[in-house]
Amino acid sequence: MSVKTAITIKGTKEGLVFLLDDRCEFGALLDELQEKLDKHEQQLTGPIVHVFVKLGSRRIGEEDKERLRAAIRRQGNFLVQAIESDPTPEELEAQRNVMRTMTGIVRSGQTVRHEGHLLLLGDVNPGGSVLCTGDIYIMGALRGTAHAGCEGNANAIIAASLMTPTQLRIAEVISRPPEEWASAEPTMEYAYLRDGVMELDKLTHLHHHRKEAMFFKGV
Amino acid sequence: MGEAIVVTSGKGGVGKTTTSANLGTALALLGRKVCMVDTDIGLRNLDVVMGLENRIIYDLIDVAEGRCRLNQALVKDKRFDELYMLPAAQTKDKHDITPEQVRKIVEDLKPDYDYVIIDCPAGIEQGFDNAVAGADQAIVVTTPENAAVRDADRVIGILEQRGFKSPKLIINRIRPNMLKSGDMLEIDDICQVLAIDLIGIVPDDEIVIKSANLGEPTVMNPSSRAAIAYRNVARRILGETVPLMQLEEKSGMFGRVKKFLGMG
Repeated sequence: MSVKTAITIKGTKEGLVFLLDDRCEFGALLDELQEKLDKHEQQLTGPIVHVFVKLGSRRIGEEDKERLRAAIRRQGNFLVQAIESDPTPEELEAQRNVMRTMTGIVRSGQTVRHEGHLLLLGDVNPGGSVLCTGDIYIMGALRGTAHAGCEGNANAIIAASLMTPTQLRIAEVISRPPEEWASAEPTMEYAYLRDGVMELDKLTHLHHHRKEAMFFKGV
Repeated sequence: MGEAIVVTSGKGGVGKTTTSANLGTALALLGRKVCMVDTDIGLRNLDVVMGLENRIIYDLIDVAEGRCRLNQALVKDKRFDELYMLPAAQTKDKHDITPEQVRKIVEDLKPDYDYVIIDCPAGIEQGFDNAVAGADQAIVVTTPENAAVRDADRVIGILEQRGFKSPKLIINRIRPNMLKSGDMLEIDDICQVLAIDLIGIVPDDEIVIKSANLGEPTVMNPSSRAAIAYRNVARRILGETVPLMQLEEKSGMFGRVKKFLGMG
């Protein structure tokens, strides 16, 4: 028996998950897979078992994927559902920047959590809260609590059509109106951090704060 | 097949039992066959408000545990032949009955009645679960206070999660003079936050307290504005279009009524 196995097999509700070590050589991995499957041959009969293969951070081509599939398929009742690698930091970042749109009222006692930016079409009532790793845009009244950049992104903003929150949080900064800033603006506003202090401004001024490329058409 | 309506609020003391008793009676007054179910186990009040306390023989828990038949536990109202009440137990607590048992009882009542009005206890724990289990529709009662509106919002959220399509709102105990002076939450503001259909506004009226003490539902007294408000709600439940009550003082009959009530 080897000291450290490169393959871990876990049973889940959906089927079996094969966790393949991402540091050893691919050939060794295939050999061990073969060995493991041969050893348990007698148990591997019966109804179809779905198999999910997780490669860790290893990236492999279609050819190698096919070799994995072939090795597993040799056990008659195994059906490979997916062969996946962990997303790279760049892919994770891309996922985070996806804007998600939600419709509905976040009522007292309800919490919405989201990885990335969130566009909420509806109100957040007092006692309700919205947490996002990115920006929060609310087309409606923000009367509850909103926490943008909740994993530490101090560049995140909170925008709302009607800004009357119970509490606003951006990254680690917590602000409590109206003691810290009173707002009676009838226009859309957004909250952001300037030198670690929460500020509120008209949404039309957002482009001063965020210099992003704009593409104008026409003259 | 009748409709089961739960009257709930989250916060205590906003008038769930009063609303249940008055809606039940108003629907009976309009010729419907109604059964009111008190699910506030251990703190039953509906029987007191209805003045039926001394007629109780069996209760909800007795039915749930099979000590009596459903019909034996129903208390017939002294004013209407088609109005019944299923009292809660006073000696047990909310954990002595399950939502499944309440659902079964409500299902058994529905074929025989036009409306089953379920009076829900305060809170959002087991007692609430029991009360909403068998209901098809929900009425949320709130008062023009921040705390009550907050709790109503929480309850609406829970009701929506339980699959209630569109709970209805009653704003109770409104004081027109405080509204006018701006010391009370505006009806529009409450509706904007809660964002559900308003089915009635009920002005605060001393007669409600008096009649509750006498065991006589307020709706029986047509000179009370609260009574008219509750009757209006009942008519809206039946599908009629009834305009919202004007709370501002107006000349004519209305002013006279207010003057008569000492509110002018």
